[in-house]
Amino acid sequence: MMKVTEKKRSDRRADRQCRDTARIKEMRRTRWFFVPSLIGVSIFFLAPFLVVIYYSLVDNPISGDFVGLSNFIALLQNTAFRRAAANTATFSLIAVPLAVIIPLLFAILLMEKIPMKSLFRTILISPLMVPIASVVLIWEVLFHNNGVVNEWLIAWGGTAIDWFKSDFSQLTIVLLYLWKNVGYNMILFMAALAGIPKEITEAAALDGAGALRTFFRIKVPYLSSTILFVTILSVINSFKVFREVYLLTGDYPYDSLYLLQHFMNNMFKSLDYQKLSSAAILMGIVMMIIIGILFLIDRKLGKDIEE
Amino acid sequence: MKMKKIHGLARTALLGIATVFLGAMSVLFITPIVLTITNSFMSQSEIASNYGKIFESVTSAGTYVADRVNLKIIPDLVSFSQYETVLLKSPDYLLKFWNSVILVVPIVIFQTLVALLAAYGFARFDTKWRSGIFFAYIILMLMPYQVTLVPNYLVADWLGILDTRWAIILPGIFSPFAVFILTKFMRRIPSSVIEAAKLDGAGEWQIFTKICAPMSGGIVASVAILVYIDYWNMVEQPLVLLTNEAVDLHPLSVFLSKINAGDAGIAFSVASIYMIIPLLIFLYCEDSLVEGVSYSGGLKG
Repeated sequence: MMKVTEKKRSDRRADRQCRDTARIKEMRRTRWFFVPSLIGVSIFFLAPFLVVIYYSLVDNPISGDFVGLSNFIALLQNTAFRRAAANTATFSLIAVPLAVIIPLLFAILLMEKIPMKSLFRTILISPLMVPIASVVLIWEVLFHNNGVVNEWLIAWGGTAIDWFKSDFSQLTIVLLYLWKNVGYNMILFMAALAGIPKEITEAAALDGAGALRTFFRIKVPYLSSTILFVTILSVINSFKVFREVYLLTGDYPYDSLYLLQHFMNNMFKSLDYQKLSSAAILMGIVMMIIIGILFLIDRKLGKDIEE
Repeated sequence: MKMKKIHGLARTALLGIATVFLGAMSVLFITPIVLTITNSFMSQSEIASNYGKIFESVTSAGTYVADRVNLKIIPDLVSFSQYETVLLKSPDYLLKFWNSVILVVPIVIFQTLVALLAAYGFARFDTKWRSGIFFAYIILMLMPYQVTLVPNYLVADWLGILDTRWAIILPGIFSPFAVFILTKFMRRIPSSVIEAAKLDGAGEWQIFTKICAPMSGGIVASVAILVYIDYWNMVEQPLVLLTNEAVDLHPLSVFLSKINAGDAGIAFSVASIYMIIPLLIFLYCEDSLVEGVSYSGGLKG
């Protein structure tokens, strides 16, 4: 009796070993599949990024004297960089919350039984596919100093505003940004809303919870990781809003539209590797901090429903 | 019973308000697209008289310019003259359009292919190393251009491909976005399917080409669309990576803003041509696009 179990045990061990070596072989074979991608990413992103880090710490690429953080300090004292950072931050603070709330509202409404909702969905998503360059003309017709919006303002007894060259300039860009980005975020929210188990919302309704209560107590925790993702995405896209500004106002925009990418483009033109590298790293760190904070918030909110 | 009826009425009223609200929003959202297209059918003189005060370049001495800017939804006279000018008389715009195609098509094809392979590698086994690399890809994907363009520029400089199309195409091919979505999809392919194939004696390459790749057909299409629209809309990369004489290689997405300033008469038709392709793709593949976007949601996979 004793002998049999002993034998079985060793058999099993041998089996497991055999399976493990098979697994390792399999793993080695599947490794080749991501090698092309990994080589490309290493050459075009990771390896040069190490050089970027090096450049940010030396006084110039040729002599290579280590100067610690002085490049970063010089960058932070640079007025153009400060203005660009402040403008970008202002833009993000205005645009990102709107880019989360508006699509969430649309998605919630589109989940209801509303006539023509698939048409509405199609229209609200469609700007996602339109290149910005194609619609800046319309924005110009609308917001130019002699444009349509000002005509209306005057007709209604107001005074004309030079939209692109005043403190309102960011507003026109916020509108363009929302127009372009609402659709994508709305799809993400609709997918998340569709994923909430029906039994839970129904049970809440049976318990007499109102629509608002159901929303905040049940749907929001379920949506929290989507809200997190949409927020990150909107932050990234708000950093990309240079595109809209460039197409509307060219290389030299009004003061409040001078963004980080304008600053970077100028540094590329003058080939200032120190500023370029330290700015890239600083922004990378800031992005990671933002993402990290959002993750922590998400972990707090979504704790209850973690599978 | 009565309570329920009142509740039902309130609900209908709320739904009515929601419908009106969404309808109004839809009208606002589609207006820029519709206006661009309808205005592309105006003749040069109609554009000049309506928008002369905005695009001063369209007016020459003696053209009539209305005192007020008119935003017209329907042109007085449908004319194809703008399209005729763009397509037959000014090869410059066609050249820029061609530039866009040459830049975008290889990126879409090869990014998808490279990503499909990589996704299989990442999804098949989830070891410490692999999830570490995958995490690095996610971080990279989340970085804005201000961060990634500097390394791209340096490599292009070293390889001597600065101011050539390769400077945009090569980093585009290895951009991690497609890898991210496709890996998330492939992780959901049940391992029983793969185990069954292995029992039948299929090797890794066969499992990939005969099972996993075909199963990912739909999602591959939507990833390709998303990559396409992203690069069709590019502005930052050409501005940094194609300078000096290479501005001739700029895609239409950058060049359009210069037309807007210089030759507003035909700008609407060029803008329409440039957006009609992605719009048609959208109308044809809306569902698969929506599926692709849904898969991009959430970082945990």
